[in-house]
Amino acid sequence: MAKLGGAAALFLALFLAIDPLTPAIILGVLLAALPASGLAPRALVTRAAPLALAALSIALFNTLFGNGGIAGGVAVGLRLLAIGLAGLLALATIDPTDLADALIEHLGAPPRFAIGTLAAFRLLPIFAREWETIGLARRARGIDESSLGDRVRGFAERTLALLVGAIRHATRLAAAMDARGFDSGLPRTRARPRPLQAGDRAWLLAAILLATGATAASIAVGTWRFVLGQ
Amino acid sequence: MLLLGPSGSGKSTLLAAIAGLLARSGAGEAEGTLRVDGTTGVVFQDPESQLVLARAGDDVAFGPENTGVPASEIWSRVDTALAAVGFPYGRDRSTAALSGGEKQRLAIAGALALQPTILILDEPTANLDPLGAQLVRGALQRVLAGRTCVMVEHRVADALDLIDRVVVIAAGGGVIADGTPERVFGEQGAALAAAGIWVPGPPPLAPPRRGTPSDAIVLEARELAFAYPGAIINALAGVNVTLRSGRTVALVGANGSGKSTLALLIGGLVRPSRGAARDAGGADLARLRARDLILRVGSVFQDPEHQFVTGRVVDELTIGPLRAGRARVEARRLASELLERTGLAALAEANPFTLSGGEKRRLSVATALVTAPSALILDEPTFGQDRLTFGQLLALLADFRDGGGALCVASHDPFLVSALADERLTLVAGRVR
Repeated sequence: MAKLGGAAALFLALFLAIDPLTPAIILGVLLAALPASGLAPRALVTRAAPLALAALSIALFNTLFGNGGIAGGVAVGLRLLAIGLAGLLALATIDPTDLADALIEHLGAPPRFAIGTLAAFRLLPIFAREWETIGLARRARGIDESSLGDRVRGFAERTLALLVGAIRHATRLAAAMDARGFDSGLPRTRARPRPLQAGDRAWLLAAILLATGATAASIAVGTWRFVLGQ
Repeated sequence: MLLLGPSGSGKSTLLAAIAGLLARSGAGEAEGTLRVDGTTGVVFQDPESQLVLARAGDDVAFGPENTGVPASEIWSRVDTALAAVGFPYGRDRSTAALSGGEKQRLAIAGALALQPTILILDEPTANLDPLGAQLVRGALQRVLAGRTCVMVEHRVADALDLIDRVVVIAAGGGVIADGTPERVFGEQGAALAAAGIWVPGPPPLAPPRRGTPSDAIVLEARELAFAYPGAIINALAGVNVTLRSGRTVALVGANGSGKSTLALLIGGLVRPSRGAARDAGGADLARLRARDLILRVGSVFQDPEHQFVTGRVVDELTIGPLRAGRARVEARRLASELLERTGLAALAEANPFTLSGGEKRRLSVATALVTAPSALILDEPTFGQDRLTFGQLLALLADFRDGGGALCVASHDPFLVSALADERLTLVAGRVR
């Protein structure tokens, strides 16, 4: 929860400001904090590479065609990079089970929704397997998918076959969850209670400080520009 | 208690009723009374769709959480349940990384954590390879002591060590036998077998071979390799397979050993990264157009539903010949001949997805036979089938073989393999041992 809250604070600061300094400060601190995220450098590079590429091309595009010149382009690029990195850090370090637990415990989300969604996500790899199998099975039935028309029709038919299987899997999973007393109306307990601890509060506070600090610094220097105040 | 009955007799429905799951589904009509004195825990058949959470310990804790067990007690229940089923990893083990047998043992632990007085098992080992099934039966043996258990299991011989009572229900309703296994199987074994129920003792045999096989090579694969595993395709290396007219090759090995991959490669459905599967004329099967492939090799997948591409049984059978360029009249003739041979003529207008398990299986084999390929490759064709369908399938396959066809079956089923195999290829981690 602290991670999501922290990311939200940074998003807000980055959304409000369109000058280069605010995102530069936030980006600098985030980069300095990277080693503490516990992400493998390699995984980080592969996840951040498309982000960096997108930011660079948008910065270039804005420099060439925008009305802010190089400064405007750089500001847009930095802003995008900082938003992307904050989101990436929050998402990549959050465990889905922990997220569902936190949503139920701290935001009062209904378990039926939070755990149901979590369980449904577990079926995704099964659907990937079925999709592949259905494609091969169709070749075994003499169906070529060489022309564009074939492929479009094939896609529709495969989707239908996948849907039939998906409903079967989902029904079975729902029965298994019912059999274990899910959503039976009894008051639920939590095996992994996780009250917000000092560490979480510190993270959240640090993110809020960073967001306000970066904004304050750029106001003090006089470069801060409100998103709507052209 | 082992609950037996022919397919369609409502075994799973009865289990769901005892577990209190029917009342919640709200569909259908119910009459009569059901009194359950105790609490139930259920283990279903499919390992892939009964685990809920990503970590093993969390999954076992799911039931106690739902039933309001205090948090302080949950984890001791979890540890006790994991130990009881012999779960070989810690609480943090990812459930996605488990084998089928490990998943089923975890599912049993998840049921045990509810501390049920009645354990309900709906074919708990049906989806597993022999080793996985054996480990699950071992775990059940340990946890059933002092507990009531109601179990459905197709392969009765495997369950005999776990049970002391057999109840047989009839397809139309009603109990037709109830007693100790010795008494029920001793007195009514033959009648039960005739009704399609698996009973201890010898399985149905393949019809005796007609004629002498020519042994001509129909399909040959040399040094097959597959190096880029996907979602369903395991790696494979250096495999040679020869299929001959009138002969059967059985592919055996544990789950994940590459049996299904090999079946896909020699079926011309997946392009190998090295080597090639070729027909008698030397054509590379993986490079043929699908409409040409089905005249040479037929492939039958484990789940018949994956292969259905139309909304009518008869259309499933005409589509192959039509794709292969036959005239409509000829396609209709071939289709009705196959419908007769497979006993599906009365269902010609039905939707394939509405058929029973046995009917779906016969239809999926018929769709491959209708284009008269010279080789037929089947992946776990007897999976989940009752004794009746097993016998019908054996007859169908033996007929194809004796007509000069080359057969290849990838299977865990010792009955199928011993009934048909002229040669066995054992795969271990993607290689032939």
